[in-house]
Amino acid sequence: MSTLITTRPPDRGWRLFVRTIVARAYPRVIGQQREKAWIFFETFLPFLATVGYIYVYRAIQAPEDYIGFVVMGGAMTAFWLNVIWAMASQLYWEKESGNLALYIMAPNSLMAILLGMALGGMLATCLRALVITVLGTLLFGISFAVSSYFQLFAVFVLTMAALYGLGMLLASLFLLWGREAWQIATALQEPVYFISGFYFPVKSFGFAVALAASVLPLTLGMDAMRQLVFASGPSLGFLSVEVEIAILSVLAVVFIAAAKFWLDFMERKAIEEGTLTDRRR
Amino acid sequence: MSDQPAIKTENLGRIYKIRGAKKGEARQRVALADVNLEVPRGEFFGLLGPNGAGKTTLIKILTTLLAPSTGRAFVAGYDVARQPQEVRPRINMVSGGESSGYGLLTVRENLWMFGQFYGLDTKTTYARIDELLQIVGLADRARTKTSDLSTGLRQKMNIVRGFLTDPEVIFLDEPTLGLDVGASRDIRHFVRRWMDDRPGRTVLLTTHYMVEADELCDRVAIINNGRVLACDSPANLKRRLQREAIFKLEVSPLRNGVLAAFEQLPGVRKVVHSPQDGRSELDLILEADEALGGVVTALNTHGAHILNLQKREPTLEDVFVDLVGMSMTEAEKAGEQELMGG
Repeated sequence: MSTLITTRPPDRGWRLFVRTIVARAYPRVIGQQREKAWIFFETFLPFLATVGYIYVYRAIQAPEDYIGFVVMGGAMTAFWLNVIWAMASQLYWEKESGNLALYIMAPNSLMAILLGMALGGMLATCLRALVITVLGTLLFGISFAVSSYFQLFAVFVLTMAALYGLGMLLASLFLLWGREAWQIATALQEPVYFISGFYFPVKSFGFAVALAASVLPLTLGMDAMRQLVFASGPSLGFLSVEVEIAILSVLAVVFIAAAKFWLDFMERKAIEEGTLTDRRR
Repeated sequence: MSDQPAIKTENLGRIYKIRGAKKGEARQRVALADVNLEVPRGEFFGLLGPNGAGKTTLIKILTTLLAPSTGRAFVAGYDVARQPQEVRPRINMVSGGESSGYGLLTVRENLWMFGQFYGLDTKTTYARIDELLQIVGLADRARTKTSDLSTGLRQKMNIVRGFLTDPEVIFLDEPTLGLDVGASRDIRHFVRRWMDDRPGRTVLLTTHYMVEADELCDRVAIINNGRVLACDSPANLKRRLQREAIFKLEVSPLRNGVLAAFEQLPGVRKVVHSPQDGRSELDLILEADEALGGVVTALNTHGAHILNLQKREPTLEDVFVDLVGMSMTEAEKAGEQELMGG
């Protein structure tokens, strides 16, 4: 122990920021490989709900692209579940386990911790979403007609940025609610499925409701992706893809900035009141 | 800043607001009051006190997790409230019974992750992990999932986590809490060895285990109800009681009210009664050996039989009793009753 090997001084600044993101993302990615049960609980079970909608649409002889809409919605539910259960309520669990105190006490930034959680969750969930998409496509013979791969990629990235930005914001807010975080997450789950149009085009709500629903990044994200991926997508779209991309960009910036603001506020509050790092308060 | 003390506090205080206090109940609780301490670099410093004495509150302030209500605190020369970004790279903390990290990750992966949060490059991190795991005897569990570790092994991992970053000042908050004798001894040996090998590094240990403080610490501060009552080396603290005679008696069970009578006897300074299964244990601090005769007579008068009698050297527990007027266990019970409004 007299040596305690050192090859170079510890990183600070942006290098520490990046290191923290990668390190915090690691448990998310590696955890998926070690808990195979997710294949059943997070892919197969949500897929059953998707299949249910598909049979309803088939029974009422809805346009075939609706089947594709539902499969895409099913795939995107994986991201929403990840955001509310593994992002929004996560800091609360980190507090309970004692990790939050260690995160605050370390020289890194809490924002980097949240970004790491988001990045890790996103990467892990991409695999789940892919499994649902492939299963749905193969089982129900869905045909795609992609009009622009570039725009599709941009919409997906922006949707993820805005969605996980919302998750980061909720994570810092959920610290305020403590034990109620679990109930709030449960309460948010189904209404968001509905209002974001996971299983039907959001245009069906009418302009005002669809516009209000657009505050949730998945609403516009899925609408734009459906327009870009399915032949009948543009006719069922809510706004033009370009406008939806612009709104998603704004949402991404607003949610991430708000998350940073709230996180700073929460950290100050934690230190002043001593309530947020104490597991029993 | 290397000429500055490792830790310095000036009139440090902390008051907690009590949420949901009813009418007539206290709305705030003083957790820490007027604490003035100075710990030079390279010292193994102990904070000794019962649960609820203010030890953890002090550690939280020093580790930048809690703002002081009054006064100031400095670690490695930096103000913990105003310069937390300077303090944080220089410190680390390990708490007893902590369940930090992620159960799905192996010991090595968890430690790597925490090393990254301090900006250590991966090569350095792994080299240190392997070295430290070897020393604490956890090398063969490096690839075990953390969720599969026993409490003792998990705490050894936590210890490695704390020392991995080679902190200038490390805070150990009841690090052996709930551990078996063997695991506690291993941890004490490790920490002592680290101090011996790393001159200039400082440890602040909080504990309510007297033996632990006595064995490890260069100096000890005894704290109760948020106030530091004494601060000196264990030897000097015990020397305060050198003139007194300390006896341990095992007697047949005592009736209620007998204890008060003993305390009135001439030459008796303190009596601590610990009821045991089918007997009573009495720790007596007497002004001189001669006072024992009065106690024996009083015991006979009250129909108690002496089963065992030993004269012994003073311990830190005796110092605590002398300062606080009750044993550590009694102080904890009193603190709990106060918190419950009793």
